[in-house]
Amino acid sequence: MQRRGLTKNVAYISNTDTDRQEMLSAIGVSSFNELLAPIPSQVRWSGDLPIPPALDEHSLYRHLSALAARNANAEEMLCFLGAGIYDHFRPAVVAALASRGEFATAYTPYQPEMSQGMLQAIYEFQTMICGLTGMELSNASMYDAATSLAEAALMAVHTTGREQVVVLTNVHPNYREVVKTYLKSSSLEYIEVCPEEAVEHFNSSTACVLTQSPDFFGCVQPLQVLSSAVHKAGGLLVVASDPVALALLKPPSYYDADVVVGEGQGLGNAMAFGGPLLGFFACKKSFVRSFPGRIVGGTVDLEGRRGYTMTLRTREQDIRREKATSNICTNQSLLALAATIYLSAMGKNGLRSAADLSLQKAHYACERLCALKGVSMLFPDRPFFKEFALKLPVNPEIMNNALLKHGIIGGLSLSQYGAHLANGWLVCVTETKTRGDIDLFVDAVRTILEEVSC
Amino acid sequence: MIDHEPLIFELSRNGRRGANLPDCDVPQKSAAELLGEENLRSSLPLPEVSELDVVRHFTRLSHRNYAIDTGFYPLGSCTMKYNPRINERTAALPGFASLHPMQPEQTAQGALELIYQLQQHLADICGMYATTLQPSAGAHGELLSMMMIKAYHSDRGDLQRNVVVIPDSAHGTNPASAASCGFKVKGIPSNDRGCTDLNALKAALGPDTAALMLTNPNTVGLFESDIVEICQLVHDAGGLVYCDGANMNAMLGLARPGDMGFDVMHFNLHKTFSTPHGGGGPGCGAVSVKQRLEPYLPVPVVTRDKDTGAFSFCHDRPKSIGKIHSFYGAFLIAVRAYTYIRALGPLGLRAVGENALINANYIRSQLQDSYDVAYKSPICMHEVVLTASRQKQQSGVRALDISKRLMDYGIHPPTNYFPLIVPEALMIEPTETESKQTLDAFIEVMKRIAVEAIECPEQLKSAPHNTPVSRLDETLAVKSLDLRYEPLFAPEE
Amino acid sequence: MATTPEDLKYSKTHEWVRIEGGVVTIGITDHAQAELGDITYLDLPEPGRLLQFDAQFGEIESVKAVSELFSPVSGTVTEINSSIIDHTEVVNEDPFGQGWLIKVELSDSSELAQLMTAEDYVKFAEAGAH
Repeated sequence: MQRRGLTKNVAYISNTDTDRQEMLSAIGVSSFNELLAPIPSQVRWSGDLPIPPALDEHSLYRHLSALAARNANAEEMLCFLGAGIYDHFRPAVVAALASRGEFATAYTPYQPEMSQGMLQAIYEFQTMICGLTGMELSNASMYDAATSLAEAALMAVHTTGREQVVVLTNVHPNYREVVKTYLKSSSLEYIEVCPEEAVEHFNSSTACVLTQSPDFFGCVQPLQVLSSAVHKAGGLLVVASDPVALALLKPPSYYDADVVVGEGQGLGNAMAFGGPLLGFFACKKSFVRSFPGRIVGGTVDLEGRRGYTMTLRTREQDIRREKATSNICTNQSLLALAATIYLSAMGKNGLRSAADLSLQKAHYACERLCALKGVSMLFPDRPFFKEFALKLPVNPEIMNNALLKHGIIGGLSLSQYGAHLANGWLVCVTETKTRGDIDLFVDAVRTILEEVSC
Repeated sequence: MIDHEPLIFELSRNGRRGANLPDCDVPQKSAAELLGEENLRSSLPLPEVSELDVVRHFTRLSHRNYAIDTGFYPLGSCTMKYNPRINERTAALPGFASLHPMQPEQTAQGALELIYQLQQHLADICGMYATTLQPSAGAHGELLSMMMIKAYHSDRGDLQRNVVVIPDSAHGTNPASAASCGFKVKGIPSNDRGCTDLNALKAALGPDTAALMLTNPNTVGLFESDIVEICQLVHDAGGLVYCDGANMNAMLGLARPGDMGFDVMHFNLHKTFSTPHGGGGPGCGAVSVKQRLEPYLPVPVVTRDKDTGAFSFCHDRPKSIGKIHSFYGAFLIAVRAYTYIRALGPLGLRAVGENALINANYIRSQLQDSYDVAYKSPICMHEVVLTASRQKQQSGVRALDISKRLMDYGIHPPTNYFPLIVPEALMIEPTETESKQTLDAFIEVMKRIAVEAIECPEQLKSAPHNTPVSRLDETLAVKSLDLRYEPLFAPEE
Repeated sequence: MATTPEDLKYSKTHEWVRIEGGVVTIGITDHAQAELGDITYLDLPEPGRLLQFDAQFGEIESVKAVSELFSPVSGTVTEINSSIIDHTEVVNEDPFGQGWLIKVELSDSSELAQLMTAEDYVKFAEAGAH
């Protein structure tokens, strides 16, 4: 079928048929099809695209609502999952302000005179990430924690001129997978070792070691020995961390970390089925010419007024092209903005409270769960923050399925990550859970354990 | 507009709080006891402000930001179209926004179905076989595509293919992405029509060719009319053809890259499918592939059980290049893009392509006397590239000056100085959502500026005059490197 | 208009060479600094490094551009202009004087014959700057 004439008007398109006719005349063509002349006729698509027909807005909302209703969400259920994505409290002001069209529908602030709002917010974000991590320099954010970690590894490779990256097994398995993908594509060496044996693997080809604290299992890791050993070998220390935990914990800078990365979703952003996310990337000032991603700096305008602009742009791929050390040319501005609003609203005291409440509640839950028959901690010797790994007397998958009937999304089954973690169950408790919620959870676990053992 | 908004840190007063948190309702122990005294920090340099302070500060900052919601935004190659509000409403549904990525698959069937359907719709829209939504941005999609192309060749034992051919008109990300995967980049010049030079392409191809990266329509807003032959040449040389889908808006419902011979392409859901740019992100650089590249897609892949109809994540993909995202990509961006596609349907998407072409050609027809059009061609696609070479010669007014002057008239500038092959480039992409009235107002302003360039060039060179700040000292920004608010980190007295 | 001193030799990559016996001084031309705009960063080789004719020896950056520096001679770096590292604006202000970049001890003075005279360079720069 050869389509004739123009499609009739549809939503989101402002021109009327009259407008279009006038414009076509002004262009000097007699029909729209003349505008398609550059497209060879054998590749012109003349039928309807094989997608479903349009829905009016009300029907569309009902359709999407129906899809959404088929998912168990953390507003209706009690969610005790963590593993990098956290159900922290989100003050109402965060979404209300971050969703403003002036922010949400702007492009990258390449024209600083018209983008001072977002630029200043990102400068504030950079300052706050420096404050949390203790580092001197923060970029404007990255895709997520996993790619931030991969970019940190690549930066270490470029700055040290070495090709081996040592990754500790306490790093989130998904992050490790992403780092592996990135290194493989650049033909670099990826070595995975357990934290206890790490220092034995450092040598003159070690570019960096990647670790995490609090780690994948929620444990606070000792960093001093690792730091001394990797620096002695001439490599860099890269630490992935949880920004909420850093309200209480010594920042990685205290242990002389060279790069600190992490996931900023917990800073006021939705869990969102794991995306979009907010990677942050902070490092020592000595990497100012080699760090990946965008950065905003303060300056003055012609009248001497303070203003902000993207700076150090010559590191970026659009200028350096194939010589760029990273192909990143974006950041997660809107999520960084949300994190900035969140950290402003929470402030020093609020973030400390949220962190301390998570700490207290997680320990209360852990203590109560470990009092159940057959339940024990996988790593009893390490201090933990808001997550803890348990060993269950039953398959955690069975536990999780049974918990759903109690309106609870249980912890993460660790069995998939290795035989030594069989029946492992990673539980997360944040400040959003009340004592009543935790008691309900513990009672449900007890009931299920009793049912299963019968 | 407000002249100055202090930093949030300057508004801080000891003891202020901006959020109400619960009291602790479980037995408490000291943090030192639970975490170890030696692990605790003493100071935390964050602001202390009230909720009202927060609301006013960020509302005022928003007033210092220009956006599609504020006005016309003809930024070439960025497709700044209207972002429908229904997309925001559906993305905010708790059944999408409050899902944990690791919750049991049976409790996320609606989300998995949405991902599955969107993947299929995108593949159908571009004429490919399969799609992944995992890349977080266009550049991430390019990188993934290069990884898959590398895996494809090495899987076939075709190990000598280490060169990626890229036209000089390409986005800088193209060579950066190819180089990130260890490919050598071979640039080829464009011909005098601004399109791929077939002879240069033929000369660049050989047994070491891994791929050609091509933007179509290309960055000067022209359709590569030799596209079928181009793809054939690359295939004959044993390479694959990658389509940078930045300009897909021009082809929606009118032509499909898969039919032209492309093997892999990335979409920018934040351009073509109306998800907000967010001031620089988040986006989604979904990648669609032909069947021969499907085995290399990143894990996990969403599959549908033929018998039960249940959706699940498949991790068992031996040829996959691996994982490229912490979880599954920008799901809430996918929700918005899916909402948009279902709102428009096949006729609506075609109308997008049609109106994008009409609007761009209309601007071109009205401005071609006041400015020179780069690459004379009777028709452009979804954007038109003008050059201010004439103005530069006449009065020293440059493309940047014209752009800054547009701000004085309340319009966001076009893209400047790109593509690199056009001197003094002004790249204008109106998108389909703008009305003729808006375009006429823009055309009027552009004509006035062309006159000003001759009559009062200083007015342009010192522009903008009524934005919150005037031109910024970017040299000072690089040299002084003020990258965080230092007083916050001053040692305590 | 860019200046082009008569007593210097020029390369096609916009470096100038001042010949003083066996040691030459190298910098970038007025035309090059004007094209780059405000220079913000210089990456220069350590003294002692061997340079090859027409091979990259460093990098020069402005706010929005990066340019590679190519050596117009072969030889050994004897000195770099360390005073400009933190005062890169000097390269813009006085490219042929205070803004010189490096001094090199020649290993093959016959290469100098391949460089352009001021007159030729002016023609070359004009042709490239349309």
